Amino acid sequence: MSLSDLLDFGPFFDNIDAILRGFWATIRLAALAGVFSLVIGTVLASLRVSPVPVLRAAGTGYVNIVRNTPLTLVLIMCSLGLNDTLGLTFSDDSGTTYYWWAVLGLSGYTGAFVCEALRSGINTVPIGQAEAARSIGLTFSQSLRMVILPQAFRAVIAPLGSVFIAMIKNTTVATAASYSEVVTEMKTLLDLPSFTSGAIPLFLGVAAGFLILVLPTGYFFGWLAKRTAVAR
Amino acid sequence: MTDSKGGAEPSVPGGTDRADGPLVEVRDVNKHFGELHVLRDVNLTVARGEVVVIIGPSGSGKSTLCRSINRLEPIDSGTILVDGKPLPQEGRDLARLRADVGMVFQSFNLFAHKTILENVTLGPLKVRKESRETVEKRAMELLDRVGIANQAQKYPAQLSGGQQQRAAIARSLAMRPKVILFDEPTSALDPEMINEVLDVMTGLARDGMTMIVVTHEMGFARRAAQQVVFMADGQIVEANSPEEFFTNPQSDRAKDFLSKILTH
Repeated sequence: MSLSDLLDFGPFFDNIDAILRGFWATIRLAALAGVFSLVIGTVLASLRVSPVPVLRAAGTGYVNIVRNTPLTLVLIMCSLGLNDTLGLTFSDDSGTTYYWWAVLGLSGYTGAFVCEALRSGINTVPIGQAEAARSIGLTFSQSLRMVILPQAFRAVIAPLGSVFIAMIKNTTVATAASYSEVVTEMKTLLDLPSFTSGAIPLFLGVAAGFLILVLPTGYFFGWLAKRTAVAR
Repeated sequence: MTDSKGGAEPSVPGGTDRADGPLVEVRDVNKHFGELHVLRDVNLTVARGEVVVIIGPSGSGKSTLCRSINRLEPIDSGTILVDGKPLPQEGRDLARLRADVGMVFQSFNLFAHKTILENVTLGPLKVRKESRETVEKRAMELLDRVGIANQAQKYPAQLSGGQQQRAAIARSLAMRPKVILFDEPTSALDPEMINEVLDVMTGLARDGMTMIVVTHEMGFARRAAQQVVFMADGQIVEANSPEEFFTNPQSDRAKDFLSKILTH
């Protein structure tokens, strides 16, 4: 195989529609999983610092189980286990229901990591902040929402960026759970009998697509961390 | 100082029925930190409008006593009554009590992510559920009273220590507390900033605010206190009027303490 065949980007650009469609599916998954994992992570972190032992145990149990399970397993359990076997579907349209299961699976998984990042942020907030909050009569949940978490979030924006970068790349696992995103599209192309050359440019093209998604995410979180840093 | 309005007089919803009894009563209180017996059978009564100054060597338990009055430190045994009612267990009732008991800390503990004005308005808005308009007006009056109205839009880290502590006093006053606890309010300050804080506190004392003050400032104790409580090794060794205590201490422990601090 000659070098010009190896670096033939022709097939990549011939199929750019399918690849862009795949990336759009990736973005739709990542965007919603980002929001949901933030919510789930915040709830989990609140549970883990709660004064109620049962809630603390629930939070700790969830994080330890989900964080130590491979994502592939989590997503396949959602799609094949909960959706197909148990019939817990979101919609009659298979594309829609697999999309929502991928969102939930990825959010539930990433949420555990968000929780741990946030918890380390809570530990950076001086104890005096909580004492002052309690001393003016705020309840535990008010102190957490109005005083502790806002400062904890600001302290962990950079590590949260890393969590989200990992999450964006983890969207590719959703292909194993019947959700059709960019890697699914890529694999479909590679499996076509007519696709005889240009596999490497296809990989490079998809990798470049991820760079375009992930690099700005990293820069954005770096910028945000600087901007919102709490001066003490 | 503008006037004595807004915070000096305790606003007690439905509290007038108890207006004659003592405001704070500490009865037979004991507390341990592990092996360490930090409060030993402590008894203390604080009348309405009284200023009590707690002094003593470090490790004598005076900060712990101060912090136990709004249950930032739970006690092992004994009773603490605020306005005739025993301190509630953790939960909403305790939060309600804390709203009536102001606290000023050694390290200020202003909310670092909020402006000075937001620090002062947070409690009245979220705990008392008062309207923003009323709260902001009162907050600005209080900031004016402690002399930092022009700093209202700044963040705590942009202020000097003395200004931060005065903001913390305003934050406490904004809740219209029945009593304010001061836990070594000037110990973290540069010498030149101590007086600006003590001036504000002296003003409050003159206006009739009930105050429990842990401090090493003997000048303030002489000037503003009605009762000086001397603690050592977790016990109240002596309690007397400032005049009596400073000129005629009874216990050897107090004589020894005074001789060390009053010689220069």
